[in-house]
Amino acid sequence: MLAVFRDLLRYDGRFRVAFLFLMLTLLLAGLSWFSPYPPTRTFITPQDLPPSLEHPFGTNSRGQDLLWWMAFAVRNSLILGVITAVVSRLIAIFVGLVSGYRGGFIDRALMSANDSFVVLPVLPILVLLSFLLQGQLSLVTLALLLGLFGWPWDARLIRAQVLSLKERAFTRTAVYSGTPPLLLTLREHLPFVLPVVFATTINNMLWSIGMEVTLSVLGLSDVTVPTIGTTIFWANQHQALVAGVWWWLAAPILVAVVLFLGLYLLFSSVNEFIDPRTRLRRIGA
Amino acid sequence: MPLLQVENLRAYYRTQVYGISRSVRAVDDVSLELFENEIYGIAGESSCGKTTLIKVISGTVKPPLRIESGHVLYDFGALQVDMTKSDPEELRQTVRWKEISYVMQGSMSVLNPVRKIIRTFEDIVRTHQGIPNKKLFLEQTCDHVMRLGLPPDVLNLYPHQLSGGMRQRVAIALATIFQPSLIIADEPTTALDVVVQRGVLQMLREIQAESGNTVLLVTHDLAIHANVADRVGIMYAGRIVEEAPTPIIFTAPRHPYTQHLIRSLPMIGDKSAKESLSGAPPNLANPPSGCRFHPRCPLAFERCRTEAPAMVRLLPQHRVACHLVTEAAE
Amino acid sequence: MNGEKKLLQVDRVTVSFHVGGFIAGGRLLAVNNVSFSLDAERPEIFAVAGESGSGKTTLARVLLHDLEPTQGRVVFEGRNLSTIKRRRDAMEFMRKVQPVFQNPFETFSPLRRVEDYLFETAIQFGRARNRRAAAPIVDEALHQVGLSLEEVRQRYPHELSGGQIQRVAVARALIPQPHLILADEPVSMVDASLRMSIVNLFKKLRDEQKVSVVYITHDLATAYYISDRIAIMLRGVMVESGPVEKVLGNPLHPYTKLLQESVPKPVMTEREQWARPINLGAMEVKEYGRVGCKFAGRCPHVMEICKHAEPPALEVEGRTVKCYLYGEDAAQSNQSSLSSGKL
Repeated sequence: MLAVFRDLLRYDGRFRVAFLFLMLTLLLAGLSWFSPYPPTRTFITPQDLPPSLEHPFGTNSRGQDLLWWMAFAVRNSLILGVITAVVSRLIAIFVGLVSGYRGGFIDRALMSANDSFVVLPVLPILVLLSFLLQGQLSLVTLALLLGLFGWPWDARLIRAQVLSLKERAFTRTAVYSGTPPLLLTLREHLPFVLPVVFATTINNMLWSIGMEVTLSVLGLSDVTVPTIGTTIFWANQHQALVAGVWWWLAAPILVAVVLFLGLYLLFSSVNEFIDPRTRLRRIGA
Repeated sequence: MPLLQVENLRAYYRTQVYGISRSVRAVDDVSLELFENEIYGIAGESSCGKTTLIKVISGTVKPPLRIESGHVLYDFGALQVDMTKSDPEELRQTVRWKEISYVMQGSMSVLNPVRKIIRTFEDIVRTHQGIPNKKLFLEQTCDHVMRLGLPPDVLNLYPHQLSGGMRQRVAIALATIFQPSLIIADEPTTALDVVVQRGVLQMLREIQAESGNTVLLVTHDLAIHANVADRVGIMYAGRIVEEAPTPIIFTAPRHPYTQHLIRSLPMIGDKSAKESLSGAPPNLANPPSGCRFHPRCPLAFERCRTEAPAMVRLLPQHRVACHLVTEAAE
Repeated sequence: MNGEKKLLQVDRVTVSFHVGGFIAGGRLLAVNNVSFSLDAERPEIFAVAGESGSGKTTLARVLLHDLEPTQGRVVFEGRNLSTIKRRRDAMEFMRKVQPVFQNPFETFSPLRRVEDYLFETAIQFGRARNRRAAAPIVDEALHQVGLSLEEVRQRYPHELSGGQIQRVAVARALIPQPHLILADEPVSMVDASLRMSIVNLFKKLRDEQKVSVVYITHDLATAYYISDRIAIMLRGVMVESGPVEKVLGNPLHPYTKLLQESVPKPVMTEREQWARPINLGAMEVKEYGRVGCKFAGRCPHVMEICKHAEPPALEVEGRTVKCYLYGEDAAQSNQSSLSSGKL
């Protein structure tokens, strides 16, 4: 594992940049544990100070140091992304594998559920739900909700792969080796599906963090919790741009760009690395 | 002057994946000559380098494949070409199709799946010769196809409407439209059934006999060489180990590998026990020292492990690379 | 009628597929009324030979219980395969009937070690409870194919040669101690220098382990070499079957003759014979849809009756052949057509 990491770092420029960017974001998120004051406290620093050595990201109109605030924001956004990705990947893998391998009635049932989820307009539903739960839509609930909506496209992708893998001779070998169906698809098909899963994990994180930003900017989430989205929401509330407090918006945007670029580059680099074809070339097939 | 002279050719695949560089010595010191009016067969197992050799001979070398050393000299009478030196794009214009044409397994890649067969003929003739008179072109193409025993109706069909055997014969018709000096046939009948295979190879042989050009026939199936080729070269692990006229290869082979291959071929009417060689063909990324066959050779001795045997000429047309043969001859 | 116990009994099996579009009628008989049986007492190698589209692979899938026949039945050791529904029954069937597939590089997943499949087979079919207990069983099976666990341990498919993988595939099939091995073109993708080691293996299994083998192939030369009996298939129909020396040594059906002649022989003496021109032009016709004999369209001895009615299975010179040339009532008319040569 360490060798893989070293090879990637040494031979893949994209991975180097991704690594740097993600380290920066993680560092920032890590800072939140060392914050001198909780994120909910306001008016503890002078207001509207531009970026300086003392306040690298400046301070906002609510008297908060944006560096510490952003540290909490990144941490929360990342947590949201990870929860959503894990939940939706688990559902996608399960539905995709079972549907593809078992076929027949199970496939039809799972795929009609799948297609129903695909056609659901996610944003309006989330807006409605947030509206109903206004103020009580916690970060974790939002993450789980997004996870419930984020799987269907990828489940279809996985199913399609399994359908073609099912026709290959090694699946038949496994069948005649007596391997029970669920174990068979986990052992024979999951390794081929993992690159898709991995690629979509990062994609899914990007999507969910983006969704959170959208909802927060609209003020539909719990705005007392710092996230990238709520930062922008507060900046807008205080008309930061009109007031000339540009750094209040620049900080979340900069962090978002670094995070998104880092995730995207990691996605493309790792995607190539774990592609079975590259993997086979690497082990010398 | 032979039509084609390959001299000490070395062509390796060099790849680098995440810092692991590998070089596969697919063709390693191969020399051979092709003359006018003959069918030369190349036989060998999978990954013995025969496909790579064909790539170099036909001038389709692309990275990671690289020519390390050697020459591939063509003499087309009015035109001399060294494939190792020439620009591939230029070659495509001057010698592909007109002097050297290529028939491969399956041949779907030559025929455009969404265009009628006649359009494919038109495209090739237009790019390499030009079509001043459409009617004349149609007549000539029709004549050509009929001379090869194909119904002219096939010209108005799409590739997917043809059976595998018919497609392969159309590919041969396409390859011979300019009457090239050399036809390279790379496993032309491997995916075909025996009856169709027989028909396709008969057609190839007829064309060759009629026009007196050269056919380079590559197939792993020795029985085909026995029935079609005039001379046969046996390749093993990137090298030619024995080369002789077909009757000698099949009745008096000298290299232990050839001897074994011929002995182990099953045949209808023969139920005597046949044995397999032990071991497996070597990995060309890391070939054995000395003679590359020595780990599997029942007759190997000390010299075989350390020193690669040189090609020796037993008869004017019989060459073998084996220490046993060399020492017996000395 | 069952004087002897049968291992496998294939009784008038027909498989039809629906095909859309190009072929009128829309039904294709991939396997057409095929019957044969294998004795339980005398293990043998039974070859099913034919060209592509002859239905041999479809037949293999029926015998492996991968596909239900449209008509007819397959009985293995007294059990009709169509009654196998539950997983327990399927496992019991798979314990006795094991496959070997065509492409060695597809047989095992490139991302898994080959030994995993062997251990899995030993454990799932109840020969061992865990990997440690399975090791000697796996090793023994590998020894039967001339390998050892040491040689394949930790290896991925690409690290082995095609011949080696195919032997591992046979070893895996042997672990449940099957009574029948169904080998679908097991050597067509194995190099010539290694091919005979696989082929000889089947002979050894028959003689030493008393395992019967159904050998499905397009390669008549290896079929002649290993099998005891052979069946020649053409467009789903078994046109000739019997002892291999008779069927291939002295073929009676005109199609078997053509096939046998067309196999190139690795000797110099047959060049002239092989080069005798054959007419491919007529081959491109669709033969599936034919009523009557499927070979009638290109048979040199074709008679009027061949085009209208399917020939019955006749016992002639120690083999079964489906051809009107050999019927008693057709004796006169075929005499005339034979003497008149090509029609």
